[in-house]
Amino acid sequence: MAIDLLIGAVKAVVILLLVLNLSAVLLWFERKGSALIQDRVGANRANIFGIGQRIGLPNFGLMNTLMADPLKLFTKEDFVPEGADHFLHSLGPFLALFPVLVAFAVVPFGDSFQIGDRTVQLQAATFNAGALYILATIGVGVYGVAIGGWASNNRWALLGAVRATAQMISYEIAMGLAIISIVITFGTLDLQSIVHQQGGVWFGWLPRWGICLQPLAFVILLTAGMAESKRVPFDLPEGESELIAGYFTEYSGGKQAAFMLTDFAEVVLAAVLVTLFFFGGWQVPWLYSDGFHLGAHQLLLPRALVVIAGVLAFWIKVVAFCWLQILIRWTMPRFRYDQLMTLGWKGLVPLGLLNVLVTALVVVMATGASG
Amino acid sequence: MPATLFIFLAVVSIITSLGVVVQRNPIHCLLALILTLIAIGALFLALDAVVVGFLQIIVYVGAIMVLFLFVIWLLNLQVEAVPTGSLAVKFFATIAAAGVAAELFVFFSKTTGALGGVTVAAGYGSIDSLAQTLFGQYLMAFETTSILLLVAVIGAVAIARRTIPERERDAPTRGTPT
Amino acid sequence: MMTVSYSWVMALSAAIFAIGVAGVLLRRNILIMFMSIELMLNAVNLAFVAMARRMGSMDGQVIVFFVMTVAAAEAAVGLAIIISIFRNRETVNADELNLMRW
Repeated sequence: MAIDLLIGAVKAVVILLLVLNLSAVLLWFERKGSALIQDRVGANRANIFGIGQRIGLPNFGLMNTLMADPLKLFTKEDFVPEGADHFLHSLGPFLALFPVLVAFAVVPFGDSFQIGDRTVQLQAATFNAGALYILATIGVGVYGVAIGGWASNNRWALLGAVRATAQMISYEIAMGLAIISIVITFGTLDLQSIVHQQGGVWFGWLPRWGICLQPLAFVILLTAGMAESKRVPFDLPEGESELIAGYFTEYSGGKQAAFMLTDFAEVVLAAVLVTLFFFGGWQVPWLYSDGFHLGAHQLLLPRALVVIAGVLAFWIKVVAFCWLQILIRWTMPRFRYDQLMTLGWKGLVPLGLLNVLVTALVVVMATGASG
Repeated sequence: MPATLFIFLAVVSIITSLGVVVQRNPIHCLLALILTLIAIGALFLALDAVVVGFLQIIVYVGAIMVLFLFVIWLLNLQVEAVPTGSLAVKFFATIAAAGVAAELFVFFSKTTGALGGVTVAAGYGSIDSLAQTLFGQYLMAFETTSILLLVAVIGAVAIARRTIPERERDAPTRGTPT
Repeated sequence: MMTVSYSWVMALSAAIFAIGVAGVLLRRNILIMFMSIELMLNAVNLAFVAMARRMGSMDGQVIVFFVMTVAAAEAAVGLAIIISIFRNRETVNADELNLMRW
């Protein structure tokens, strides 16, 4: 019993640290990546006693983003605006960050393996309704933005908060519909089971990934995920050219760091969901539990190596989709608010409903289910 | 479920529901209500009602409370300055509420059975069994509920929209001096 | 510790219901009265789920599903009415909505 608790605690801490570190690294990706896309240099000044410079290495801006910026953010004065509600102003960032981080508890980032006589699942909470849990935590994530914007006693922050809340609840519906199609296709709410069912091949060579079964749901989920995290092209609530910073205008220091961390954690969450549902999660193509098998060829590997390969594959795919979202951010202009809402309600929701209908029909006809 | 978990959730839900009723600031009441709903959702999960528990959080906390929040913003409700209402009404209201509580307590204390004493079927509370019951025995009620939701949406839009004379009164668009 | 029995859960449901009743009767702000009504609905949901588990049937959970749906519809229409009242009377205090009183 105590061992179970300990293993669970270790898993929870590991995935939390992985997500937080990935968010910080994404911040660096974003700065340098956007600099590459925009044909400029980006951050390249801060370093420690000129170490890299002396060996002749160019400065990649790592010190800048990963050490100088967090230090600056956490040592800034933490103030509450005049006339604002102290309790709610301090609660906002926490309410925004908590649901997003908690959502990672049900994410399976590897296959299960044996230690002695105990089977360890690489999933912090082995739970058979994981998809519902993800939807629930995304739903609760609306309140951090709403309370943060309202508690700032600033009409532009409130405007940003109202826009953000309306946008988030609209795109939640599209996301829910995409997840419903996936659940119908795979027949289960359990995330680890969904990933397991994406192993194997069709026609002897094509991996059974979800993207081949549900391409439309992939597009809907990716779009809705980007809209939920309020990134460009959906970032009118944080309209930098109009609302200063929208709902987190009046936040500085550690609280702003919490909001930015929420932004990147949601990017990671969207990438993780897309990977789990459509790209096989931790499944490496043609890798089974004892090694590679492709047609007549095979390469047998020890189990530990297979599990580690799965974990690496998962994180590589997640980072690839994070990079895709960063790429989209720095390529596309911003949507106008009515275009945004039109896309959500008149575009994605009918498409999602159509997808659910067609998926259900195909599944019923294919399996011949009755009653 | 273990008794410690139940007592914790019960204490949280009672304190937060008292917070809903007592606080002066509408947004604080809303946050207290959200916590109450999440605590009750957790109780559902502990009572093996997995789908209903998550639906509580997705639908109630994620959608209905956001609706309340929008209305509070729209009406710009401020903190209530002075407690209003006549004292006599409050006195009799307290007696009535206490009476309801006492009656319900007496009634429910006759419930028998311990939580561990009843074993439920294997798929109890899962989405499969809920779907089987919902679309099997209660299909008519389900279809009627969907019509009810449609009627509610149309009704809400019809009641809350501004008619053209009201829009003109609130924001006159003609006759502005150049 | 002791095991949880169903009477505890029902007592909790009764307590939350009574708090909701007190909220409706004591508060004069319509929106807070509405929130107290939601509290009462949730207390009833809790009672249904507990009794459904005791009887081992899914009917209680289906009823909870319907109660949730109807509560959503009721919240939408009720809030629309509150907005409409506010537009005309500029108040959300229930004591001041007394046009029909003689």
